[in-house]
Amino acid sequence: MPGRTVIPFGPQHPVFPEPLQLRLTMEEERVIDAVPALGYMHRGIEQLAQTKDYAQNVFLMERVCGICSFMHALCYCQSVESLLGIEAPPRARFMRTIQAELGRLQSHYLWLGLVADACGFESLFMQAWRNREMIMDCQEAVSGSRVTISTCAIGGCRRDWDDGVLQELTRRLDDVERSMDAIAPVFFEDPLVKQRTVGAGIITKQEATLLGAVGPVARASGIVEDMRRLGYAAYDELDFKPVVETSCDSYARMIVRLRETFQAINLIRQALKKMPAGEVLNKWKGTPEGEAISRVEQPRGELMYYIRSNGGKNPERLRIRTPTLSNIPSLVKMLKGSRLSDVPVIALSIDSCISCTER
Amino acid sequence: MGFISTARVKSPWIMHFETGSCNGCAIEVFAALTPVYDLERFGILNTGNPKHADIMLVTGCVSFRAGRVLRNLYHQMPGPKAVVAIGVCALTGGIFHDCYNLAPGVDKVIPVDVYVPGCAARPEAIIAGTVMALDRLAGKAGPPNIAPGEPRRGLEEGRVVEIAPGNSDK
Repeated sequence: MPGRTVIPFGPQHPVFPEPLQLRLTMEEERVIDAVPALGYMHRGIEQLAQTKDYAQNVFLMERVCGICSFMHALCYCQSVESLLGIEAPPRARFMRTIQAELGRLQSHYLWLGLVADACGFESLFMQAWRNREMIMDCQEAVSGSRVTISTCAIGGCRRDWDDGVLQELTRRLDDVERSMDAIAPVFFEDPLVKQRTVGAGIITKQEATLLGAVGPVARASGIVEDMRRLGYAAYDELDFKPVVETSCDSYARMIVRLRETFQAINLIRQALKKMPAGEVLNKWKGTPEGEAISRVEQPRGELMYYIRSNGGKNPERLRIRTPTLSNIPSLVKMLKGSRLSDVPVIALSIDSCISCTER
Repeated sequence: MGFISTARVKSPWIMHFETGSCNGCAIEVFAALTPVYDLERFGILNTGNPKHADIMLVTGCVSFRAGRVLRNLYHQMPGPKAVVAIGVCALTGGIFHDCYNLAPGVDKVIPVDVYVPGCAARPEAIIAGTVMALDRLAGKAGPPNIAPGEPRRGLEEGRVVEIAPGNSDK
């Protein structure tokens, strides 16, 4: 029987933008077991949120994660709105949808670039990030900022868009889609990308269900699950179907995300067409009491906020459940039996966001 | 300047380490490396290995666990070396200043040469900060900044403050 070695994969590793450690027990080239070590990014945001009032917490929640910052603000605002018993005006709900989809677009392009880099395809990484900059320009055009955009507020959106902004967004979307059309066939068909991803990190539908996979990981294993079907923001008025693949490997997870980028463009166009005129911010007063839950579909899967209040100025308890934490058991399952050289691509394929997970 | 020190200023290699912020600055560092902003036009190359790196870009408030890794990485870099702290979290802790699990500021853990403010810092600012750090490699910079109010122990060049919960200034 060959001897076993333990390889620490991370916390500082070129394929991870964030510190995550995987302790891999190896038998020659095969991974026998993987133990994830978390806690490098833990700050204690949930505790800090209990010392700030409801309006201040919007900015804090945006900074749980810089990649999907708008989704965190949206989910928090929705939970406080249901606590207060108010609703965002129709125009604000469409604006939230558009910004959420822009966030999904840039997050998926960020990931596509990273996976191309993990495959060893440097020029594809650069091309994906060139495309991402066009999406970032769209985001900057509607909000004035690149990363933490701070446009979501309790009761709606902070500031209205004029016609110039909408025309600019419509014009830029065409450019974005053209650049996406140029790069997508490489991800779909390139033999290098396929060799690294097809058959790597298989997780069957049954295993994914048992381990509680969410988001693109679940959808790539044939589970039809998308929180957007709950109809929050303006999703109940838009026409879309969850993107589902059935081949269960890293390739399927890549294809799900790639198809979702086109879906996001389609959803933004629909929302721009149907967007009504009117107010964007409902005024609110007082301190809420009770408890509330809100769920949204982040780029990585289901995000849940639980908030409890005793009528004071600050929330009594704020609990965040993030998609990456749900996907880590699936990642451990995927890694068992894989080769060491496949570990970077498999570890990336769940699109782990450590700053969300550890908060 | 000799040949090696001239070459070092012309093609410094950078290493990026994220110590526990929201990721926003980390993705802006990547954005600065890619074609639209193109940090590589200065001869700068991104590397994952601290033993190859000349400049370390640190983003994020320093959580205690990541702080130990950060200190190890700093020691593994060969001199002369420069540290660029990026984002307001890396400067003072920013919005997370009152959290219980962090040292507010990279300079509490390792000496810092250049501070780049912003939440998140824009890629243009990151490029400007990295270019300013070249002074350190050229031997033209003064001593690096270490947080005031820390115990004298371990503040000499090349050594860093022990990071432990009782040692932060809270």
